[in-house]
Amino acid sequence: MSETEEKFEDVIAELPLGGWHRAHGARMVPFAGYHMPIQYQGIIAEHNWTRENAGLFDVSHMGQLTVSGEGAAEALEALMPGDISALKPDRVRYSLLLAENGGILDDLMVTNAGDHYALIVNGATKWDDIGHLREFLPDEITLNHLDEQALLALQGPKAADALSRIVPGALDLGFMQGFAAKWGDVLLYITRSGYTGEDGFEISVPAEQAAMLADALVAMEEVQPIGLGARDSLRLEAGLPLYGHDITEDSDPVSADLAFAISKKRRAEGGFPGAHRILPLLANGTSSKRVGLTIDGRMAAREGAAIFAGEAQVGQVTSGGFAPSVGGPIAMGYVDAGHALSGTRLSIEVRGKMLEASVTDMPFVPHRYHRKETRK
Amino acid sequence: MTVYFTKDHEWIAVDGTTGTVGITDYAQEQLGDITFVELPGVGDSVNKGDAVSVVDSVKAASDVYTPVSGAVTEANAALGDAPELVNTAPEGDGWLYKLTLSDSGELDGLMDEAGYKTYVEGL
Repeated sequence: MSETEEKFEDVIAELPLGGWHRAHGARMVPFAGYHMPIQYQGIIAEHNWTRENAGLFDVSHMGQLTVSGEGAAEALEALMPGDISALKPDRVRYSLLLAENGGILDDLMVTNAGDHYALIVNGATKWDDIGHLREFLPDEITLNHLDEQALLALQGPKAADALSRIVPGALDLGFMQGFAAKWGDVLLYITRSGYTGEDGFEISVPAEQAAMLADALVAMEEVQPIGLGARDSLRLEAGLPLYGHDITEDSDPVSADLAFAISKKRRAEGGFPGAHRILPLLANGTSSKRVGLTIDGRMAAREGAAIFAGEAQVGQVTSGGFAPSVGGPIAMGYVDAGHALSGTRLSIEVRGKMLEASVTDMPFVPHRYHRKETRK
Repeated sequence: MTVYFTKDHEWIAVDGTTGTVGITDYAQEQLGDITFVELPGVGDSVNKGDAVSVVDSVKAASDVYTPVSGAVTEANAALGDAPELVNTAPEGDGWLYKLTLSDSGELDGLMDEAGYKTYVEGL
């Protein structure tokens, strides 16, 4: 047996809940420079548990940043394509940090937290993001890295019941809303958001109290700790891209099927990095597109596998694997625009075999977000 | 029948010149939920150390290297519908393939059960 595992930096850091995970039987792996739990009971069991109950994820490797000061919204708009100045207090929006050529430097969540904007960025990119923000935010804007905060996610159809038992106000949140909450004396910032396609929450908690909060949550019968393995299969089924794989500096938001992150106002006015390249793509279309693929049979196609239409290569898989809720292998990848329509039959080369696959609308498993109002 | 083990976590149970190959309990535990097994073809001629099978888990695809050379006589058809047998019975019903050994001398370099146990404890 040999397993292809990614190579990581020499120094692997410990997160606030490292000991907690080991005590709960996790298998730890290096990820984004940290020791993180890949699984506890098993990936499929944890995946299914989250779809049916509530899963607790430690996502403390992610970067929690704050941006504040007069003109912070406009300063962020100079770096992202979202309508940040229209974001109301305690509202959350998905956005993209863009390079001057329109490439995606990171995808992130922005929350208007009242006196500042809170950014949640990817763990593997956070140091580059901080460097980028320091370089391009004006001097009068303050950037803080909340490296004393842990981040927990509670996801699944029973997450709201569970969390509201200790933080009643959580029930009042709609999808992509947040609030500053108190759990006893502990200050939390909770948003109704996540990376599984299920209803759920992300909870920013001081590192010192993170284990106590995790204990309080897993003490409930509907909550179990879930590792990174199931986090990946859940997000794949939800059609959510993984930075560094499905989107990179070489992808633009339109090809990546993330044009929804470019607000109407910004489309009209431009003024975000790469607008000169991205706006024409919005108007005229792109040469390739990120699509979902459902694969016949049981053999999985993974990152790097070539996608064919007949003899011609028309694309490449960017992530894929067995999807427990689908009951078979699925993938995401980029294909030439002419082959991107749902239902198109393609084949994927894996270890010399050609697997038959169909382009499939994403999400593969319907989102079950708790939307409180119909948005236009 | 004697069972031998490799450092790559395959086992081979040998009866005369017939060998049955699988992955060890340690290996399946490391791989996690197995979702697909790609098996060698019956009649394939394989050389010691060749990657002849692939075990696909939710996490990753992993090669299985044949512990000895020979001709494949049977592949475990039950794994087509139930690849999880490799998780539940890795050293029993979750076997991968059988082969006729072409050189029994190749077994000399493999570990016995006690040797493998010591090896795994040191990992």
